[in-house]
Amino acid sequence: MALDKWIPVFFLLISIVYGYASYTYPLLPFEKNMSFLPNTMPLVLSVLGIILSGILLFSSKVVPSDGSGGDDIDLNRLGDYKLNQGALILAAMIAYALLLRPLGFIPSTILFLIGCSWVLGERKLHIMISVASIGAVSIWYLVQEVLGIFLKPLPWFMG
Amino acid sequence: MLEGIMLGLETAFTFQNLLLVVAGCLIGTLIGMLPGLGPMSIIAIMIPVAINIGDPAAALILLAGVYYGAIFGGSTSSILINAPGVAGTVATAFDGYPLARQGKAGKALTIAAISSFSGGTIGAILLLIFAPALSSVALLFHSAEYFALMIVGLSAIAAFAGTGQVAKALMMTVAGLMLATVGESALFNAPRFTMGISDLQSGFSFVTLAMALFALPEALFLILDPKRGEATSNSEAIKDLRITREEAKKIAPVIARQSIQGFLIGVMPGAGATIASFLGYAVERNIAKGEEQEEFGKGSIKGLAAPEAANNAACTGSFVPLLTLGIPGSGTTAILLGALVALNVNPGPRLMIDNPSIFWAVIISMYIGNFVLLILNLPLIPYIAKLLTIPRNYLIPFILFFTMIGAYIGQNNATELLLLIGLGIAATILRFADYPLAPLLIGFILGGMMENNFARAVNLTDGISFMYERPMTLALLVIGALLIIVPACRKRLSKIRKGGIADGD
Repeated sequence: MALDKWIPVFFLLISIVYGYASYTYPLLPFEKNMSFLPNTMPLVLSVLGIILSGILLFSSKVVPSDGSGGDDIDLNRLGDYKLNQGALILAAMIAYALLLRPLGFIPSTILFLIGCSWVLGERKLHIMISVASIGAVSIWYLVQEVLGIFLKPLPWFMG
Repeated sequence: MLEGIMLGLETAFTFQNLLLVVAGCLIGTLIGMLPGLGPMSIIAIMIPVAINIGDPAAALILLAGVYYGAIFGGSTSSILINAPGVAGTVATAFDGYPLARQGKAGKALTIAAISSFSGGTIGAILLLIFAPALSSVALLFHSAEYFALMIVGLSAIAAFAGTGQVAKALMMTVAGLMLATVGESALFNAPRFTMGISDLQSGFSFVTLAMALFALPEALFLILDPKRGEATSNSEAIKDLRITREEAKKIAPVIARQSIQGFLIGVMPGAGATIASFLGYAVERNIAKGEEQEEFGKGSIKGLAAPEAANNAACTGSFVPLLTLGIPGSGTTAILLGALVALNVNPGPRLMIDNPSIFWAVIISMYIGNFVLLILNLPLIPYIAKLLTIPRNYLIPFILFFTMIGAYIGQNNATELLLLIGLGIAATILRFADYPLAPLLIGFILGGMMENNFARAVNLTDGISFMYERPMTLALLVIGALLIIVPACRKRLSKIRKGGIADGD
C-alpha cells in the first residue's frame, strides 16, 4: 500500500480514537446541563475526520502535485535520498533534547553542532570545534544576557 | 484616517522601532536568501525573539520586516543561483536567472528591488484605504458571524489548495482543529485530551508546531537531498546596478498592473504570494506582443518585474484579512496571528479601536520596510550574497539548532523538543505525500477562537438555530459550503466528460 493510502488510514484511526475519547469524555456534574459541552466540537471534528479520511482513502486516483509549491520533493526518488544521514541527524536531535538540561546549554550545543557536521561529512575537526564553540557561546550570551531568558550554561556538576 | 496615519507615524518612528524594521529586513534578507528557508520558517524562528520584546507593535513591526526581507532575499537567490528560497519567488527565477547568466545580475537585482518596492508601496496604500472600510463593516459581527466567518476562511484556504488537494487540505484543517482542542481552554473547567502528559496541560505550543511544520521539514529535506539548494554561486558578477530610462518606461505599466492585481489576489484567503506571482507572470506574458513575448523565459525584464511586483503587493494584501477580520490568509500570516495572540492582542475588527497604534504602526512600518529594502539592502547585496558560500555542513546544523532552541526557550522543557521532533517527522512524511501543511497551522490557530465563538452563539440561542436565523451567518455558511462544493463538483463533471461511457465500468 502506498504512502498516499497509509496516511488516510492513519487519520481514520486517529479520528476514531479521538471520537471515542470525546464520546467518553468525563463531564463534570454541572456541565451536563450546559448547552455547549467540552466534547461538542471534538465530536463534530471526529465525524468530519472520519468522513474526510474515508474520502481520501476511497478517492479513485491520487492527483500528482502540479509543482506549484516550488519544491521538488518526490516520493519516487526516495532511494536517492540520504536516509541514513537523516536518521542519524534525528538521533542527534533526540540526544540533544535529552542532554540539554543535565549537560548544560554550552557543552550540549557544541557536541550537537559538531555531531551534525560530522554526520554531514565534515572532517576538519579544528574548524568544527571553533565554529561550534563560538556559535554556542555567542547564542547563549544573546539569549541569556540580551533577551534575558535563563539558560543553564554548564553541566550539573559545575553548578 | 489622517489621525490614524499620524498615530502610526508616531509609533513607527521611534528609534527602537526604526531599528527593528532595519534589523528585521536585514535578518529576513540574510536568511531568506538561503535556499530552502522560506518566510514561514524564518518568522517561526524569529517569534521567540519578537515575543520577548513584549510590545506587540514592535514585535509585529519586526516580524513584518522579516517577512519583507525574506521575500526580497528569496528573489536574490532565485536570480543569482536559480534556487528560489520561497515558493513565491519561483516565477522570479524564470527570467531573473537567464538575466544573471547574461552577466546582467546587477540589473536584474535592481529591477527586482524596484518592482518589489513599488508593489509593496502600492499595496500599502491600498491597505490604508481598504482596511478601515472593511473593518467598519466587520464591527457588525457577533459571535455567530465570527464563527461563520472562520468557517469561510478555513474552507477558502482548502478551496484554493489546488486540484485534487481540497480533501487533503480539509483533512489537514480538521487535524489542526483537533490539535487545538488539546489542553486547557478558557471555556471549560478541566484540560482535555492530555493523555496524562502534564506538559500538554496548556496545549501544544504554537511556536513548536510552527517550527515542526515548516522549519524542521525544510532542514530535513536539505539533508536528504544534497542537490536541493546547491549553490553554484556566481556572486562575483554583481556589478552595474543601474537601469536605463527605456527599461524603466517598459516596466512601469507592468509594475502598476501587477501591484493592483497582486494586492487583490493577496486579500483572498489562501491565495497568497505564490499564486499572485505565477498569475502575474502569465498575464504579462499573454498581453505582451510578438518579440517581447518571445523574450519571456529568456531574460525579459517585464517577466522579472511582473512576479516581483505581484508577490510583494500580495504580501501586503494578505494583511487585510489578518488585521481586519483576524483571519490569516496564508501560512505566514497565520504565524503572525499566533504571535499576536501570544502577545495578548486579539486581531479582528476591534483591533483598530482597541489598539489603533498597532494597526497603523504596522501599515506605516510596511512602507518603511520597503524603503529600507531599496535603500539599504540593494547596495549590500553583493556582500550579503557571500552568505550563499557557507558550506552546508555548517549551515544545516545551525538551522536545526535555531529551530530547536526557538521551541526550547519558549517552554524550557525537553518534552517540548521531543514533541517538536515527533511532529517534525510527521510533517516531513506529510510533505512527501504532498499534503499542504499551512491549513493545519491555520486550523490550529483558529480552532480556539472558533470554538469560543461557536459556544457563545450556542449558549445565546440555546441551540444551533443561529445558523439559519441570522441572515449574515446563514449567508457566510452558504459561501463556506459553496467554496468546497463547487470545485469538487467541477472536478467530478470534468472527469465524467473526459471518461465518457467508460466511466461506468
